[in-house]
Amino acid sequence: MFEIRIHSRGGQGGVTAARLLAMAALHDGKYATACPFYGAERRGAPVVSFVRIDDHPIRVYSQIRDPDLVIVLDASVMETVDVLNGLKKGGRVLINSAHKPDFAGFSTYNVDLTGIALKENLVVAGSPILNTPVLGALAKMGIVSADSAKSAIRGMFTDERNVKAAEAAYQEMSI
Amino acid sequence: MKEIATGNKAIAKAVKQALPAVVAAYPITPQTEIVETIADFVTSGQMKSRYIPVESEHSAMAACIGASITGVRTFTATSAHGLLYMHEMTNWAAGARLPIVMANVNRSLGPGWNIWAEHTDAMQERDTGWLQVYVSTVQEAYDTTLMAFRIAEHNDVLLPVMVNLDGFVLSHIMQPLDTVEPGDFIPPIHLPHAIDVNNPTGYGGLTGPDQHFRFKWDIERSMRDSEKVIAATEADFAKRFGRKYGPVEEYRCEDADVILIAMGTLGKEAEVAIDILRKEGIKAGSMRLRWFRPFPKLDLKGKEVVVIDRDYSFGYGGIVAHEIMAKCRCDVYSVIAGLGGQEVTYDDMAEFVRKRRIGQEFWFGVNDHV
Amino acid sequence: MQPSVKKRAVQELVIIAEIPKEEYLKKCTSACAGCSSSLSLRYVLKAAGHDTVLVVPACCTSVIQGIYPHTAMNVPVYNVAFAAAAACASGMTEAFQAMGKKTHVIVYAGDGGTLDIGIQSMSGAFERGTDFLYICYDNEAYGNTGMQRSGATPLGAKTTTTPTGKTVEKKDIDAIAAAHHLAYMATACSAYPQDIYKKVAKALTFRGPTFIHILAPCPPGWRYPTEKTIEMGKLAVKSGMWVLYERENGKLTISAPSKAAMRKPIPLEDYLKPQGRFKGIDAKSLEILKQHLAENLKKLAAEEEASA
Repeated sequence: MFEIRIHSRGGQGGVTAARLLAMAALHDGKYATACPFYGAERRGAPVVSFVRIDDHPIRVYSQIRDPDLVIVLDASVMETVDVLNGLKKGGRVLINSAHKPDFAGFSTYNVDLTGIALKENLVVAGSPILNTPVLGALAKMGIVSADSAKSAIRGMFTDERNVKAAEAAYQEMSI
Repeated sequence: MKEIATGNKAIAKAVKQALPAVVAAYPITPQTEIVETIADFVTSGQMKSRYIPVESEHSAMAACIGASITGVRTFTATSAHGLLYMHEMTNWAAGARLPIVMANVNRSLGPGWNIWAEHTDAMQERDTGWLQVYVSTVQEAYDTTLMAFRIAEHNDVLLPVMVNLDGFVLSHIMQPLDTVEPGDFIPPIHLPHAIDVNNPTGYGGLTGPDQHFRFKWDIERSMRDSEKVIAATEADFAKRFGRKYGPVEEYRCEDADVILIAMGTLGKEAEVAIDILRKEGIKAGSMRLRWFRPFPKLDLKGKEVVVIDRDYSFGYGGIVAHEIMAKCRCDVYSVIAGLGGQEVTYDDMAEFVRKRRIGQEFWFGVNDHV
Repeated sequence: MQPSVKKRAVQELVIIAEIPKEEYLKKCTSACAGCSSSLSLRYVLKAAGHDTVLVVPACCTSVIQGIYPHTAMNVPVYNVAFAAAAACASGMTEAFQAMGKKTHVIVYAGDGGTLDIGIQSMSGAFERGTDFLYICYDNEAYGNTGMQRSGATPLGAKTTTTPTGKTVEKKDIDAIAAAHHLAYMATACSAYPQDIYKKVAKALTFRGPTFIHILAPCPPGWRYPTEKTIEMGKLAVKSGMWVLYERENGKLTISAPSKAAMRKPIPLEDYLKPQGRFKGIDAKSLEILKQHLAENLKKLAAEEEASA
C-alpha cells in the first residue's frame, strides 16, 4: 500500500487534489481512498488530506502515520507544521516551489505549480488552482499514469486549461 | 459505473435511484452532504422528489410519517443530537408501521460538542422497532441503502430501517463506488394501510390495556420475520449485482481460537489486525456485525471473544458486548474504544486481542492493560 | 446617559470614551475572518459586563469559543442543545433570582436556533415573562453546518439547500417576538457597534423578556470578501433591507441610520450585487423583495408616527 499525505491551506483545493489522485489511481486499475483530516477547519488554516493506493481493497481508516510521499501544496504551512513528520525512510517529498529545499535524507522534488497555474490563467477567486497541475507532477513521478491523470481531471473539469497545466507540470518537473 | 465518492454522496446517489416521493431533512454535521446533494438533485430536476427543508429533526421524522402513511416512499438522514431530537418520532414511525429509510451518520453526544464518530446515538434507538444496519465502506453504504427500501417496504416487514455509517471516517472518506442500474430490484411501494378516503380509517388513536400489547407483539413478529426478508434481499442483490452481504461479515473465523468483534469501520480495519495476529501465530478471526436489529445469530461456541464497543451504557457496560453475552451466553473481553472519534488503529486492535482478559472491561486510553 | 454624538453627520462614529475598555472576548477565537457574530458579541459583552452568563445553543458561537481546554470568552458560557437555549435560560434566570443574584442571563443564538428549531422554547420563555435578554445574531442561514437555508434566509438567496435561490420569504421573527408584548425589543447590525452597545445596555435595564435581532453579514455564507463585512452591513441598512429600530413598551423609535435611509434609500441592487448568494436572482424575486421592502418602510414609518 502506498500512502500519501497532502499539506495545504483551507480553500486551496487540497481535498480536491486528494480526490483527483484517487480517481487517477482508480483509472490505473488500483484501489484508492482519500480523506481530509478534520481538525478546526477554517479558510486559510493548514489542512491535511490523506490518500492511500493499493492493488487490493484498502481496509485501513486510521490516519496515515508513516507516509511514503508527502506533498506540500503551500510551502508556508511549513512554518507551523512539521510536514516531514513520520515520512518513511527513503520516502519522497513533492513541494510546490520554484526552488528545491533540502530535506536531508529524503528525495525532494519541486515544481512551480503556482507559476504554471498563473501562466495558464488557472485562477479562481484570486487563488491559483494547484490540484490539477499537481497531478502532472505525480504522473512524472510515476505515482499515477499520465493518461489516468488526464482522465481524472477531465472527469471533474471541463476547462482544458486544467489538463494543459498538468502537462506543463509534467514537462517542467525534473526527476 | 465506477467513480470515487464519499459515504454521504453514495447514500444520496442510492436515494436518488430509489426515488422517494418525499424527503424531509434537517442539516447536522456530518450528515450535511447527504441533505445538500439531495436538495441539489431535486432543484436541478435530476430527482423528481419533493424536498421539505424542515425546521428541526423532530419535524423531519413527523413529516416523513405524514408522507409515508399516504403510501409513498420517504427518506431522511440525521446524526447524533438530531437523532435524539427525533427520538419520540422514531418510536412513532416504527409503531405506525411505516417503511421509512433513514441514514444516520454516527456521531457522539454532547456535552461537550464533538462531531466525530461514536455509535451511542444509534444505540439509543435500539429499542424502538427500527431495523438497524451498520456499514463499513462507501460501496456498502450505497448497496445497503438500495436494499433498505426493499426490506422496509416488504409486506412481512413494514418497519423503518436505519442505515448507520461512521461520522467523518466513512461519511467523508472517498472510496471507489460502482453504481448499478437497479431496474426492478426495488419494487413499487405498496402500503396496505395507506390512507384511503374511500375506506376511511382512524390511525394510532386510543388503545386500551387489553389491546395495546398486541400491537407491540405485531412489531416484534415482523422484526423476527425481517430476518428472512433481509436474507432474500441480500441474496437477490448478490445474484443481480454480484456483491454478497450477510448479517455478519466473517474474516478468517473458520479455525479461529479468538474472535474480534466490532461494527462499522472498526469492524473492517479489524481484518488488518487479524492478518497481523495470524502472522504471529495467533489463530484470530474477526466478525463485523452488520445487522444489529434484528440481532444476528452468532456462533461463538468454544471461542474466546473480544468485543470493541464504540458506545457505552453508563452504569452497565459496552452495549454490543452485553448483548452478545446475553444472547450467546458467553463471557467476553469488553473493550471500549473509539468514543468521540478516538483514533483506534489496527495495531491497537491487535493489542486488544493479545492482552485480552475474558470477563473484564477495558477503556482504551483510560485503563492500562495490566 | 447624555448622547455624546453632537452632529447627525457623525452618527456612525464609534465614541470610544463611552464604551468600556475591558474586553470579554479574548484572542484566539475560531471565528472566520470578517465574522459579524464575534464583532457583535464583543460589544454585547462590554455592555453586559462581568456579572453575565451567556447561554449558547448550537451555532457558530459554539465553535468560536474554541476547543477544550480553551475558551475565548471571559464570562461563563453555558453551551446547550440546539432547541433548548431559551428554555435553559428560563431555568437559569429563575434560579439566580431564587438566590437573590442579579446576574444577567443572555441567550446568544444564531437564526437557526431562533427562527426554526429554537422558536418553541423562545416563544415559551417570552410568554412566561422570563427575565432574560435573547439576542439573535442573524447570518440568514445555518452557518455552523455549512450554510444551509434557514427560515431567516431571504427570498432569492442561494444556500447549499436552495442552490437556485430560496423560493419563499424570510420569516418575520420580529413580528413574532412583538406579538409576545415584550417590554423592549430592538434590531441592530454588526456594522453599527455603538448602536449594539446602547441597545444591549438599555435592554438589560428592563425586567422581563427582551429581544435584540442583529443582522450579521457573513463572508462565507453571503459570498463576499472577508474585509467587506462592515460595508455589507451598512449597505443593508442604507438600502432599507434592514431597519434599525427599538420598541419600548410598544412605542417604536427608528434609529438614526435607518431614518436617513428611509428618506433616501440606496437601490436594493447596490446591496444585493456584491453578494455571491444573490447572483442571478430572478426578476420576479427581486421585484417582490423591493415591493416588500417599500411596504415595510411605510408600515414602520406609520407605526412610529402613530405611537409618537
